[in-house]
Amino acid sequence: MEVPQFIESYRLSNGLLVIFEPMPDVQSAALSLLLPAGGIRDAAGRCGTAAILSEMFPRGADGLSSRSLCAALDNLGLQRNFQTGSAHITFSAATTADRLTDALPLIARMVLQPHLHDDDFEPARDLVAQGLLALEDEPRQQLGRILRQYSYAAPWGNPSEGELADLEQITPADIRRHHQQCVVPESAILGIAGNLDSAQLQQTLESVFGSWQGTAPAEVAIGTRPASPFHQHHESAQTHLGLAWDTVRYSDPRYYEAWAAVSLLSGGMSSRLFTEVREKRGLCYAISASLSTLKDDARVMAYAGTTTERAQETLDVTVQEILRLSEGITEDELQRCRARAKSSLIMQQESTSSRAGSLARDMYLLGHFVSLQEIHDRIDALTVDGVRQFVIDHAPTSMVLVSIGPQAPDPSCLPQQH
Amino acid sequence: MKFQHCQLPSGLTLIAETNPAVHSVAAGFFVRAGSRDETEEISGVSHFLEHMAFKGDDRFSADDINRVFDEIGAKYNASTSEEVTMYYAAVLPEYLERALELLSALLQPALRQEDFDMEKNVILEEISMYEDQPSFTCYDHIMATHFNGHPLGQSILGSQDSITALTSEQMRRYHASRYHTGNIVLAVAGNCDFDHLLQLVEKHCSRIPSGITQRTIPHFNPQQAVSLLTRESSVQQHLMQMGPAPRGSDPLRFAAELLSVIVGDDSGSRLFWELVDPGHVETCDLGFSEYDGDGAWMSYLSCAPDDAATNLERCAQVFAEVNAGGVTAEELEQARNKVASRIVLRGERPMGRLSSLGSNWLYRQEYRSIADDMKIIRSVTQEQIHELLRKYPLRMTTTAGVGPLSNL
Repeated sequence: MEVPQFIESYRLSNGLLVIFEPMPDVQSAALSLLLPAGGIRDAAGRCGTAAILSEMFPRGADGLSSRSLCAALDNLGLQRNFQTGSAHITFSAATTADRLTDALPLIARMVLQPHLHDDDFEPARDLVAQGLLALEDEPRQQLGRILRQYSYAAPWGNPSEGELADLEQITPADIRRHHQQCVVPESAILGIAGNLDSAQLQQTLESVFGSWQGTAPAEVAIGTRPASPFHQHHESAQTHLGLAWDTVRYSDPRYYEAWAAVSLLSGGMSSRLFTEVREKRGLCYAISASLSTLKDDARVMAYAGTTTERAQETLDVTVQEILRLSEGITEDELQRCRARAKSSLIMQQESTSSRAGSLARDMYLLGHFVSLQEIHDRIDALTVDGVRQFVIDHAPTSMVLVSIGPQAPDPSCLPQQH
Repeated sequence: MKFQHCQLPSGLTLIAETNPAVHSVAAGFFVRAGSRDETEEISGVSHFLEHMAFKGDDRFSADDINRVFDEIGAKYNASTSEEVTMYYAAVLPEYLERALELLSALLQPALRQEDFDMEKNVILEEISMYEDQPSFTCYDHIMATHFNGHPLGQSILGSQDSITALTSEQMRRYHASRYHTGNIVLAVAGNCDFDHLLQLVEKHCSRIPSGITQRTIPHFNPQQAVSLLTRESSVQQHLMQMGPAPRGSDPLRFAAELLSVIVGDDSGSRLFWELVDPGHVETCDLGFSEYDGDGAWMSYLSCAPDDAATNLERCAQVFAEVNAGGVTAEELEQARNKVASRIVLRGERPMGRLSSLGSNWLYRQEYRSIADDMKIIRSVTQEQIHELLRKYPLRMTTTAGVGPLSNL
């Protein structure tokens, strides 16, 4: 299979890294701008600073009121959002290709020169607080947040959506400082994909982003991660279970084997967890596992939601399936993982948003992009022996277990804790 | 893009929008069967049946279905609403035949007793899962309250009791009554050749029995109602409101779609500026839902319980201003631009095209290209919005909630 693709990456005069994939067969264009201003940059006791900043970007910029800015972007049909993650605040946007070019100057003004007025601070903080309160009623969402907290050392495990108790301490000055120190071109990454002319794009980007200045924020100090198992009592209908264990990061030479291992567990409806836990035993509706990778660290994270009387059996069977993953891997099973991955790769080329996002993510995690052809070839090169050996070499020696529900499950099925 | 359609000798309708410029092809069976077609006794059977479809037929076992779909790298699933059960798969063009073979198997499930008993557990778990999602519980509750006594008020999932009591024989009878070619549209979007497609469909989809079942569409007049499900342990209050809006066949539905964007889109709308931007609520929006013979405005907000009554008044104020003064030319233009861009972006993927292709045909026997949709959206005038507001003002008859409050 041939996957033709032309991708280029370059730096603007101020150091901003741009990666662009022209897609002449589509009408749209999309961008993904990674700003090194995510939740890991929140000061101690001020968890939620980045989340409030995300809420404040659209509230007026460079002399444009919040409403004028919004109207101008809406008239360009620009679908957009700011998302606060650990490493980055990501601004994603998409519209028809001609209009994206028109939107770029407005986007630059919003990101580089947001007003961050005192008057807009309270409403933005209130919104962040409301979001956190809403999470309290959504145990499954809440579980994801807790699982992350117990999986990674601080600040990587810190909840980037903020901590309710910290919000009161945050001031408008904190938001402005966060913007000044972290919304900088050095170590920001701009991924763009769509039906755009490369030379013209580069020229536009230089003119709208070229004057942006600032140096990358310092590395963050790594703390510790809390010990698990952890249970949070909640009068919910289901008990929500989260498991995590170590795996290799995206830049690791064995990453594709790690990916295949997770895919065998939870890649499709014929995968092991879905078949054993849901189809054969009817223990739950939702069960999944996925690979979460940071730049320097990675985990497999699994989730199952089940009524309390079945929670123990669900946990036991799930852990057992994870621990026996190396047994009986077949070529057919691996072939299904390959087929699913290849079809996803091809279908990605129908979406400018997913291409822009993937390219930016590659540049952050690897420092270079990976062509779809290369991914395709790496997936083709996977062997049953290679994947099995990976699973054996990286068998979980300990697992994080977190749960939310009426009753804590018994963790004795977990591999021995160190 | 090219549109073609035909009716097969069995009575099955095939519609296809082919596009050689895309990389994949999506196919979906749209079955006119949903919770509104159920009786109270078999509440939840449409959705349970959708699960049972994946347990295989006389040729494929449950394992086979999932295994083969995964072998061809399909993105596949199914969904059930009040009115439609949809089974779909998106694949690379070379796997279209295999995908059609499997999709057609889904429509003729064996409904084996042991599979039925096992899957019942999964359905019960799914019901419990949604109980832990207040916005979903609130939706179910307002549909039941607003459409009280009307088939559209019936729950999609059913209840723990109705599912526990359901028998495979009842499911078999329901299946036999609704899965006829006259109730089913096969829609295909993406990279394929129509003549080849037709051959594949003739080869693999000929086993669906002929016939048609009419749906009863009773007349409906909503009554004023307020109903709150009290959950003392909840932190936030979730509130929904509904009122009558144009039905699925009414030409005013395009104006209704634009009005819902102007008033209740998740950003830049009237509700956004009044309630979300100032931080009064976690979320607040207004949507427009069209059904067979009916339509509804539906608003949703979630906020701190103490602020709930004030926030509902703020919503009512926004609605009253729109009812009295209409919308401005700028607002309309902005909404047209937003919607047009969404149509283009969604339309770039065959999977994105599939659902509008299938629903337009199932509801109205009509095809609209992306260009047609854009033209219609561009042509909606302020006058049409005013006409819409005269006939279907933003006047909510029904309020339902989930959260700590026991009254408003």
